Formats: sequence, C-alpha cells, structure tokens
Amino acid sequence: MSEMRRVTAICNGTVVDHIPAGKALQVMQMLRVDVGRSNPISLVMNVPSGKVGRKDVLKIEDRELTQVELDRLALIAPHASVAIIRNYSVAEKREIELGEELVNIARCSFWNCITQNSREPLPHKLRVFGEDPLDVRCAYCGRAQSVDELAESIL
Amino acid sequence: MGFVGGQDMSDLITMDDLTNEEILEILDAADRLLPVAKGDVYAPLLQGRVLGNLFFENSTRTRMSFESAMKRLGGEVLNLSSVGSSVAKGETLYDTMQMVDGYSDIAVIRHPRQGAAQYSADAVEIPVLNAGDGAGNHPTQTMLDLFTIRQAHGTLEGLNVVLVGDLRYGRTTHSLSHALVRFGAKLTLVSPESLTMPTEIVGDLQAHGADVTESEDLAGAIPDADVIYMTRIQKERFPDEDEYTKVAGIYKMTAEDLAGAKGGMIVMHPLPRVDEIDPSVDSTKHARYFQQAFNGVPTRMALLCRSLGVDVPAEVGE
Repeated sequence: MSEMRRVTAICNGTVVDHIPAGKALQVMQMLRVDVGRSNPISLVMNVPSGKVGRKDVLKIEDRELTQVELDRLALIAPHASVAIIRNYSVAEKREIELGEELVNIARCSFWNCITQNSREPLPHKLRVFGEDPLDVRCAYCGRAQSVDELAESIL
Repeated sequence: MGFVGGQDMSDLITMDDLTNEEILEILDAADRLLPVAKGDVYAPLLQGRVLGNLFFENSTRTRMSFESAMKRLGGEVLNLSSVGSSVAKGETLYDTMQMVDGYSDIAVIRHPRQGAAQYSADAVEIPVLNAGDGAGNHPTQTMLDLFTIRQAHGTLEGLNVVLVGDLRYGRTTHSLSHALVRFGAKLTLVSPESLTMPTEIVGDLQAHGADVTESEDLAGAIPDADVIYMTRIQKERFPDEDEYTKVAGIYKMTAEDLAGAKGGMIVMHPLPRVDEIDPSVDSTKHARYFQQAFNGVPTRMALLCRSLGVDVPAEVGE
C-alpha cells in the first residue's frame, strides 16, 4: 500500500511530504496548526519512503500555508516538499528555504536576552550559521537555540 | 569568525566586529595616546563631541575610564544610570536609546540583559560601544586586556594564556578568548565544573583551530603560562545562590604560588577582586592588574576616536 493512501486525498489545502520520521508533531507545533484550528488534519508517521528511508506526512485541509509559515519548516524539515492542493490536484509546489536571518519567526529562548522584555519593539531576529547541523543563534545576544527551544518559541 | 556582531563599522558590539589588523591599529593608536591618558599632553581631538555614558548596571572602572578618556580628549560626557531615570519607571531600552540618539554623538552602554548592546545599535544612528551586556561580551575590556598583554610581551602572537575562575558567566573571558585565538594563543581554561566556558564558545574556538585545554587545576597551569587572567566568581550572575556558595573562593592565588612561574609571566584581573588574588601578589613583578585598569583610558580613547571617525595623529599633541 502506498503511504499516500494511508489517508484520503484532500480536496483543498496543503500537503507537507518528506518530513523526517518522527518530526511531524514538531512540524505541527512549528506551523501553529496544532491548536485552536478547526481544519481537518491528517498525519502519518514513520511510513516507508524510497527517498529518505522513513518519513512523516502532514495534510492540512482547507488551508494554504503561506511562504512565511513554510519557512519555519526549514528549521526542522529543510528537505520536506510542500504542495498546495486545489480541487484534488497539485496547484503549486512551494520551496522551503532556510535564509540567513529569521525575522519574527521565533523569539530567543535565553531567559536573560534583551528580547525577553515583550515591550521592546524591535523585531525578534535569529541568524543561521549552519544548516547541518542546525546552528541558529539570536542576532542580539548570540545564544545558540536548539530545535526544541525554537519549536517552543515560535511567534 | 562567525560570531554574532554588529553590521555598522563604527559600532563595537563583539570582538568579531574588528579584524586583527584593526585591533593592532587601535592598539597602536592607544600607544600614541598614552601621554594624553596620563595627563602629560593635552590633545582635544574630540572637542565638541558628546558621549552618552549609559550604565544600567554597576561599574567603576569602565564608566570612569570612558569618562576620563572622553574628557582628556576635550569631549563632554552625559551620564545616565537606571536609578533615578525613566528606566526605573519602566521605559524600554528602545525609547531610552531614541533620546540618547538625539543628545549625544556616541553611546557607551552597559546593561544586565544580554544582547542589549546590539539591540541598542540597531535602534539608533549614532555609534554604540558595548561596555558589557549581561554575561555576553565586553569588547572594550578585551581591547585593554590585549593592550596590556602586548605592552608586557611585545606581541600577541602565540602566547600561553590561562583564564581562571568564572568562565561561564564571565563576559570578559568570553570576549578575550575569542580575540586571543585569532592571534594563535594556546588557552588553558581553569574553572570549577559548574562554571566552565559555554560549550558553544569552546566549540567556536576549536572550530577555528584553537589549542584549548579545560582543567580545574590552577597550580598545574602556572609554570608554562605567559599570562594568568584571574576573574571573580560573580555572585550577581548566578540564578541560584546555592550554586554560588558551592564555588565561591575556590581559587586563591598568593605570591608563594608564583614561585615556579616564568619571569615575564603577568597576572591580570578585570577587577574588582574579592579574594582570588591575595594582596601579597600586588608587590610581585607579575602583578599587572592596576596597570591594566589604567590602560582602559588610552584604549578607550582610541576606540572613541575610531568610532567617531577621528584619526589619531602619529605625534599626538604636536
């Protein structure tokens, strides 16, 4: 059975494929689709993949994720593929790209960073120093941020 | 080196904002400014310029040496501390910096929050010099440390430097270690296990080819050292007082401990000290910490001139 048939095809929405196995819940957290949403969401985890061994797949119905939302994905699933589905067909394929700087994507997790004062108005900025392994640091205080910390502090 | 830093050439947020060549140029300028710093020569290179001296955290040497540096060069100083200002009323750093941007030509900032200097630099047009941000960076201290080391050894290249004490929260050692490895120093990091240098900093140093050894043994590091850089265990940086109590007073250097040291070895300390250097060391040929504190004046003069775009002439005061 193909892994894509483990859940039904969606009419409209977004499919995020080739998520590293076991990371789909973190992707949901990153995309903020895990809380307060009424859209149906289908999730398959640890399915065989010819391309990456095992993978997770996420289907979000009736919602087209924006490029900004998808760029957050790059932090944990830089090689995921994203398709926008309209009327059961792939209408668009979106690229995931981890830029050099992440502005207002996540806040610095360091307890003593200047950005912990929520009244400070300048944007939250993280700089990407390396992708593999991921090396992301606050542009102000310089502290390295783990993937778990980033997932917790998505804006 | 890939460390986080400012984008504006006139700011100084971390040592990564300076190339090795720029560091040496600034140290050369500081050398030329020594007679001005001592008050032997008057050179009003910064006449008509105003320094905003912003200290949101206690300071003695850094604040006074910046003020002395600016005044010896003919400039004016506006002092602000969090006590008695709008900061105590809850003003954001951003808003405070907008005011400073209008009142002064350059700002020096010390703040308990890490990242505050870079944040300030992003918020204003005038140059910003980081005078210590939480446990982050303290690059002007590093510059005066390098000045002191070069003054003693004639070079910054290839020295054996031992950093001792609070390497976890000690911002002076974070900035200094970054700078020293760029000049090929061999670093020995001596600290209790709970106060070791943050792993991302050690990783950065090693990634750039640094020879770094971590140890808890100060005595074993003394014989080979060219520089021993002592630091205070900083009570104010500990989130938990019990953790502080466990390590307070762990390293105490006396004159006797230095019997096996190299003749030219110098003992440095950013000060204030508590009990990590016994007063018996003060009268040895190795003690250099008071000279180091004075060196803050010529070094900060050179940094102020650089950020304000003022050349320090080859013959100052003539």
